[in-house]
Amino acid sequence: MAASKDAAFLRIEDVVKDFGGGSVAVNHVSVDIAKGEIFALLGSSGCGKTTLLRMLAGFETPTSGRIVLDGMDLAGLPPYARPLNMMFQSYALFPHLTVWDNIAFGLRRDKLPREQVAERVEAMLRLVQLGKFAKRKPHQLSGGQQQRVALARSLAKKPQLLLLDEPLGALDKKLREETQIELVNIIEEVGVTCVMVTHDQEEAMTMASRIAVMSEGRFLQVGAPGEIYETPATRFVADFIGNVNLMEGSLTEDEPDHVLIRCADCTHYVGHGITGTEGMPVTVALRPEKIQLSREAPGGEFNRARGKVKNLAYFGSFTVFHVALQSGAMLKVNQNNSERHRDDELTWGDEVWAHWSPTAHVVLTQ
Amino acid sequence: MSVVSKRPAWWRGRTVVIGIPFAWLLVFFLAPFLIVADYSVSEMGAVRPENIYSVSDGVVKLALKYANYVTIVADPEHLYLRAYVSSLKFAAVTTALCLLIGYPFAYFMARARASLQPALLMLVMLPFWTSFLLRVYAWKGLLEDGGWVAQLLLALHVDGLLAATGLISAPGKFMYTPFSLVIGMTYTYLPFMILPLYANLSKLDLRLLEAAADLGATPWQAFWRITVPLSKAGIIAGAMLVFIPSIGEFVTPELLGGPQTLMIGQVLWSEFASSNDWPMASTVAVVLILLIVVPLAIFNKYQAEAQEKRT
Amino acid sequence: MSTRRAFFSPTFATRFGKGWLFAGFLFLYLPIVSLVAYSFNASSLPSVWTGFTLDWYRKLGSDREMLAGLWLSLEIAFLTACGSVLLGTLAAFSLVKYKRFSGRTLFSGMVNAPLVMPEVIIGLSLLLMLVAVQKSFDAPDLGPVGRWFVDSLLSRGLGTIWLGHMLLCTAYATVVVQARLQDMPASLEEAALDLGAKPFQVFALITLPMISQALAAAWLLTFSLSLDDVVISNFLNGPGSTTMPLVIFSRARLGLNPSVNAMATVIITIVAICVTLGSLWIARAERRRAAEMNAAQRGG
Repeated sequence: MAASKDAAFLRIEDVVKDFGGGSVAVNHVSVDIAKGEIFALLGSSGCGKTTLLRMLAGFETPTSGRIVLDGMDLAGLPPYARPLNMMFQSYALFPHLTVWDNIAFGLRRDKLPREQVAERVEAMLRLVQLGKFAKRKPHQLSGGQQQRVALARSLAKKPQLLLLDEPLGALDKKLREETQIELVNIIEEVGVTCVMVTHDQEEAMTMASRIAVMSEGRFLQVGAPGEIYETPATRFVADFIGNVNLMEGSLTEDEPDHVLIRCADCTHYVGHGITGTEGMPVTVALRPEKIQLSREAPGGEFNRARGKVKNLAYFGSFTVFHVALQSGAMLKVNQNNSERHRDDELTWGDEVWAHWSPTAHVVLTQ
Repeated sequence: MSVVSKRPAWWRGRTVVIGIPFAWLLVFFLAPFLIVADYSVSEMGAVRPENIYSVSDGVVKLALKYANYVTIVADPEHLYLRAYVSSLKFAAVTTALCLLIGYPFAYFMARARASLQPALLMLVMLPFWTSFLLRVYAWKGLLEDGGWVAQLLLALHVDGLLAATGLISAPGKFMYTPFSLVIGMTYTYLPFMILPLYANLSKLDLRLLEAAADLGATPWQAFWRITVPLSKAGIIAGAMLVFIPSIGEFVTPELLGGPQTLMIGQVLWSEFASSNDWPMASTVAVVLILLIVVPLAIFNKYQAEAQEKRT
Repeated sequence: MSTRRAFFSPTFATRFGKGWLFAGFLFLYLPIVSLVAYSFNASSLPSVWTGFTLDWYRKLGSDREMLAGLWLSLEIAFLTACGSVLLGTLAAFSLVKYKRFSGRTLFSGMVNAPLVMPEVIIGLSLLLMLVAVQKSFDAPDLGPVGRWFVDSLLSRGLGTIWLGHMLLCTAYATVVVQARLQDMPASLEEAALDLGAKPFQVFALITLPMISQALAAAWLLTFSLSLDDVVISNFLNGPGSTTMPLVIFSRARLGLNPSVNAMATVIITIVAICVTLGSLWIARAERRRAAEMNAAQRGG
């Protein structure tokens, strides 16, 4: 226990939120979050992530379970007594107050002396680079600027935990990309522990150090972005994050150093052992970018499949090929357009071979 | 280990916030109704709760005197019944006229140029802010012999038609008739019909009508099949805001009505003030309340639904 | 916003619409115009115009009954407006913030009922209750404080009229404030709580400033409703407490009276000026805000 003192800065213990009438929004969720982590709750709408966030903030009370922040049980504490702050999806800036007063609001509630308040507000304005706009009202700012004010306001009181509710949801794509990095920089500079809620995988993967994939009130998988992407624990997670090809098959050979899985269009040779029995049905998950396409048949009899290019979608830096395999299943393959022009570019109707390496798969049993 | 969520302490303030208006309403709104009910089943001069019930041998006995209710129904001249019926009649006619005049008005207001609409709204509100009593009084001046509207109607030779239908007693005499009463009531309640209708119609998504036109509907068809059904909420709100209070109208019939337009509000007042028969007045009030219970319930339901939609 | 124009406007529809609006406004304003016009008529009969005169206005200055009534009405209206806005805000708050509490349907029904209930019922019921309460105070010996309480509040006069007006006007105040409260996003209050403000501070620092316009509107609305009330005042007034509408009403019952016209014109003028100024001020504030929003969207 002593060794993991750091690891349990925020401890969510078996938290349940039951709204009655059969809707359990959060269903026995537990996780330990370390100090300084940026932790993302990722899921589609209705999965319970926002409810969980609101329970952290104090706007909902858990039906059962405990939330402990830095050793302090948050049960029964109203939002204004918790040492954490939230940045709302709609920013919730007070329209009748200036930027300066918005940021100073929380500090003034703490009855800090005026000089200290001023000092802190100035520091926050410098942090988000909005010094020139201090006297403006929120409706006089652009969306990106409003977001920075919201961030400054939520960091002004040096909270022990920062909660972000869909931080980039209101921004357009270009702005989103720029802001993602800026946001992470600021948070890391301040060093505050952060829990964010989002439905956007990209947002979660670029910003968070660990992600919890949520569905129907439960955590399906918790791990670093790379872990979740390359080693999804279930079909749902594999399908939810990024694009994936899922192939059903059965285990035909089970050895400690490799397994063979026969699918409708191919046989997979997986270069590591898995826990299972022969004949067991499994799903093989193959990411589109891990597959190569070629006109000539590759060597070997495993990890390859034959098909016809049914469709292709050109994205500029890469192209997604939809290859119809012999059984009728569709394989999605990403090809980087690393050269401006290829003589033998694949196009609609071409017969191709898809092949991949023995370490490209993930074998799923759930 | 597990905390069952108890209501946090910071919610107790809400008892005060709800409690004050709730208590106020219970004491000054609800309790008086109960007292009215009490009076209605008592005799003049002997109004005390003890008169209604007596406790003997541990058994509560009710001694309700229904005499007043019987009078209302069994009155040989049917004074009360006629007053109730005419009140309902005039209220219905007023509501219909307000709807007829007010709906197109609100409709065209909502369709006017966006920059004009606040000004139009203000122009509709302005009469509403000036005293309604004065404006009803003004109609006396307009319909009296020599008044502008009286002269206009004479010039249009409409008075013959009005006399024939019994709306006015004799050609040329527009005052103190059903005609003057209905004009006065319609005039007074018109803003109450226009405003909710306008609020509803101004929110109508014009793209719906564009879609209808695209699918082949003529403007007339689009109006009846799309605009009117969507404005149902506004129509009901306006109708209730006009119908219910007009049943119990007092000022307008007093100033503009005549002997054949006796309305129940006037009856209630005369029982109270002239005959000093408070129990009878209470009985009239109770029956009036019973009459408006159904429309009142409709209105309440609409209000609740409107609030639900907004949240 | 250009689609706001009447979409299919065959010329007939636009002309018809304009015509209807014009006729409607004519109907609405005709009585007001005639009131003003005849206040300058030397004769008291509408059929005869004997000459332009300001006599009736001069007579207003010495019309004690009318002036006393005016003063009383203003007093009552002021008290009513203050009280109704206070109670109405509490009631609106309760209905908007607290979705579930025991008796909510009853509460909501009682709050909304005075909006439509015939005033004769409200007036009669309140009066009967006050009389009943007064009777029950009659029996025992109350002492000076009790006497003062009964005499000032319960005997019919300013106090009782004020009570009756409050009952009617609170409903209107509630509707106005409630509408504004519902439009306010809940996240603003949550943000304030999150930043350390206790519930009362949230109300005072965030909610109140944001609903201030609605509060002002509610105040003005209840003020004018109270100033104008006839029926409830009729039931609840006592000797020496005749409000201005009651004075006008009793005179109007007897026939046409140009002193009433003069008073009416004065009132109408004041109201017209206030409403116009108010609307212009609101319109200007809206335009300024819209311009700032535009600038923020373009620049930023």
